Amino acid sequence: MDQKRSTLNLFENIDLATELRLGLPGTDDQPEIKTSLSGNKRSSSEIGSSASCKDEDESSFSPPAKEQVVGWPPVRSYRKNILQVKKTEPETGSGMYVKVSMDGAPYLRKLDLKMYKSYEELMKGLQEMFKCIIGLYSEREGYNGSQHALTYEDKDGDWMLVGDVPWEMFISSCKRLRIMKSCEARGLGDFL
Amino acid sequence: MPTMDPNRKKSKPVDLVDSVDSRVELTESTRSCPFPDEVLERVLSLIDSHKDRSSVSLVCKDWYNAERWSRRHVFIGNCYSVSPEIVAARFPRIRSVTLKGKPRFSDFNLVPEDWGADVHPWLSVFSSAYPFLEELRLKRMAVSDESLEFLATSFHGFKALSLLSCDGFSTDGLKAIASHCKNLTELDIQENGIDDLGGHWLSCFPESQTSLEVLNFASLNSEVSFDALEKLVSRCKSLRVLKLNRNISLDQLQKLLLHCPQLMELGTGTFMQELISGPVTEFKNMFSNCRKLVTVSGLWDATPLYLPVIYPVCASLTFLNLSYATLQSSELANLLFHCRSLRRLWLLDTVGDKGLEAVGSCCPLLEELRVFPADPFDQEIFLGVTESGFVSVSRGCPKLRHVLYFCRQMTNAAVATIARNCPDFTHFRLCIMNPGQPDYLTKEPMDEAFGAIVKTCTKLQRLAVSGLLTDRTFEYIGQHAKNMETLSVAFAGNSDLGMECVLKGCPKLRKLEIRDCPFGNAALLSGLTKYESMRSLWMSACNVTMNACRMLAKEKPRLNVEVMRDEEGSDDSQAHKVYVYRSVAGPRRDAPPFVLTL
Repeated sequence: MDQKRSTLNLFENIDLATELRLGLPGTDDQPEIKTSLSGNKRSSSEIGSSASCKDEDESSFSPPAKEQVVGWPPVRSYRKNILQVKKTEPETGSGMYVKVSMDGAPYLRKLDLKMYKSYEELMKGLQEMFKCIIGLYSEREGYNGSQHALTYEDKDGDWMLVGDVPWEMFISSCKRLRIMKSCEARGLGDFL
Repeated sequence: MPTMDPNRKKSKPVDLVDSVDSRVELTESTRSCPFPDEVLERVLSLIDSHKDRSSVSLVCKDWYNAERWSRRHVFIGNCYSVSPEIVAARFPRIRSVTLKGKPRFSDFNLVPEDWGADVHPWLSVFSSAYPFLEELRLKRMAVSDESLEFLATSFHGFKALSLLSCDGFSTDGLKAIASHCKNLTELDIQENGIDDLGGHWLSCFPESQTSLEVLNFASLNSEVSFDALEKLVSRCKSLRVLKLNRNISLDQLQKLLLHCPQLMELGTGTFMQELISGPVTEFKNMFSNCRKLVTVSGLWDATPLYLPVIYPVCASLTFLNLSYATLQSSELANLLFHCRSLRRLWLLDTVGDKGLEAVGSCCPLLEELRVFPADPFDQEIFLGVTESGFVSVSRGCPKLRHVLYFCRQMTNAAVATIARNCPDFTHFRLCIMNPGQPDYLTKEPMDEAFGAIVKTCTKLQRLAVSGLLTDRTFEYIGQHAKNMETLSVAFAGNSDLGMECVLKGCPKLRKLEIRDCPFGNAALLSGLTKYESMRSLWMSACNVTMNACRMLAKEKPRLNVEVMRDEEGSDDSQAHKVYVYRSVAGPRRDAPPFVLTL
C-alpha cells in the first residue's frame, strides 16, 4: 500500500483508499490546477513552481497552474505539431508588438496587438495613431470609401489583407502592418 | 480460378507417407469433403474476413490447407506475435500484407525511439516468399529509406503502399517508390514521422506512370513541383483519391480538378487566396464537374470568404474532415447547412458548442463524429466544446456509432442523456483533458457516465475513459461491456479491483492499455489466464513490480512479458512500462537494451 502511495500520491495526508481526489490539503472545491499522477520520476522533477494555490500549506511542493503530462491529452504528434505551427508564441511574455508603417509617412510606429480584442478596436487604434481614416473591411465592399487599405505580413512572409481570418488567428500570425494607399492596393479593389 | 499448382500436388503424397495416423485422418476428412481441393479453395477464396478465415482453418486438415492456399491477404495486428518465416511457411500465396508494430501509446511519446518494429526483416523474407507481393499497409512500424528502396526494387508487381504513423524514413524513400514501382496504384502517406527533405520525390514518377488511383501526400510539408503534379494527375485517368498538401494553392487546385472530374476523395491545399490574383467568383465553379466527390478534407486556413466554393458538392458528401480548418461556429453552420448526407465528420473544437448544435440540426445521418482540441495544452484561448455540444449532437444524430470527443468539462447527466439518444455506439472515446477531473457540476466521479454507456450501448466494441473515476466504473464495465474489445484507461481507478473486474468480466477483450493508474501486482496476475486470448496489454506508471512480471512470464511461456526501463534507472524493483502480448515467435531477438524480456 505504501508503495502505491509513494508513486501516485504527490500530496501527504490524503487517503487514497477511501477517496480519490485531486486537491491540496485543506481544499474542498474542485481544484483549478492540473496535477500529474504519473509515477514517472522524471515528470515529477519537471514540475515547476510558477504558480501555487492559496490554500497550500503542508504540501511538499506547489503544482503549477498549467502543467503538461507526458503524452496527455492523447493527441498524435503530427496533429500537435501542425497546431503549434499555426499558433506562434509572442516573443515576450506579455505584449505582441508589431511595426506599423504607413505609405508616405517618414517614421514607423509600434503597436501592441494584445491591447485590442477585435478588428474594430485595432482600426480605431490605428486611426488614432496615424490620424487617417481606414474604415472597417467588409466582405462585400472591401475598404470601399476610404483612402487607405490595411495589410499585414504573416509568418510565411506573405502580405495579406487584414480582415479575412478570425481575430485570434490574425494576431498569432501577424508580423507587421502596413497601411497602403487605396490606389496602390488596386488589385485588392478588383477583388470586389 | 487458381490452377493446379504442381508444387502443391507433390506435397500431398508426402503427407500420406509421413505417418499412418495422418493417412487415417486424411481418409476421414476426404469422406466429409467430397469435392476436389480446387473447388474448396475457390469457395474459400471468396471469404475476406480474417476472423472467418481463422475459423475456417480450424475445421479440419483439408480446410486448413485449402484456406492457407487460398489466402491472399494477411493481417498481422502485432508484428512480434509471429515471425515472417512462420507467416511465409503457412501462407504461400499472399499478395497483400497489413502489419502493425508499436503499441498504440507510442503515438503519444510513451515509447522510446528505437524500440523496434522494424519492417526490414519482414521485407527480406517476403522478397523470396512473396515475389508477387502487391500491397503493403504499415502502421506504427519503423521504416527506413533503405527498406523503401528494397521494397521498390524487389517486388516487381508492387501496387499499393500505405504508411500510417510510421517513422524512420525520409522523402528519399518515396523517391525510390515513385521511380521504381511501375504498376503503382496507391501511395498513401499519413501522419508519419517523416524527414521531409523536399518535394522532389513527386517528380520521380515517370511519364509511363498512368495507373495511380490513390495519392495522399497531405501530411508532407515541402512543396512539390506543380507542373509535375499536374501532368501526373492528368495522365492517371483512374485517380479517385487525391490528397494535396498545404502548399497547393486554390488556383492550382482549380487547375488540377479540371483533369480529374472522376475524383471521389479530395484533400485540398490551402483554402484561401491572397487577394492579388482575383475575385472569389472565379473559383465559384471549381467543383461543378466533380460529381463523384464523397470525401473532402484539408481546407487549410479556410475563411468564410472561400468556404462557399465547396457548397456545390456538399449535398453528396459523406465524409468531411475539417480537423485542420480552424472554423468558428457560424462558418461551420453555414457550411453544414448544405451537407445533409454526411455520415462522418471530423472537427476542431474551435467550432464550439454552437457549431455542434448545427451538426445536430443539419446531419441526421451522422454515424461518426470526432472533435479534436485546437489547443490541447492551453486553456486560455478556447474553452472548446463542452457537454452541451455533445448532447446537441446526440439529439439530432441518433445513428451515431463512433465518437471521439475532447473536452474540458463533462457531467454524468449529459453522458447518460447521450447514451439514451444514441444507443448504437460501437466506439466511444471521451477525453476530458484535465486528468482526474470530476463532474464539474456535482463534483462527483464520472463513474455513472461510463456506467450509462456500457449499460445502454450493448454493441460497444471500443471504449476510452477519462475524468475522475473510481473502481465503480470498472465494475460497470466488467458487468456490462460484453462486446468490448479495446479499452483505454488513464489516471483512473482506486485499487486492483478495478482492473480485475475488467479482466474477469469482458469476454471479448483483446487490447487493454492502461497508464497512470493504481493497479498493482494482484491486478496484473488476475489476468493470468486471460492474456493469451488477447492481443496485448500495456501498463505504464502503475504499481506493478518486476517480480510480478517475472512471475507472469514464468507461468505463461507463450506470452512475451516485456518491461521498458526508465532512463533514470531509479527504482529497479518497479516495472514502469509493461507490455505483454501473446506470441508464437518466442521472445524478441531485436530488443534494444532498454527493453527487458522476462
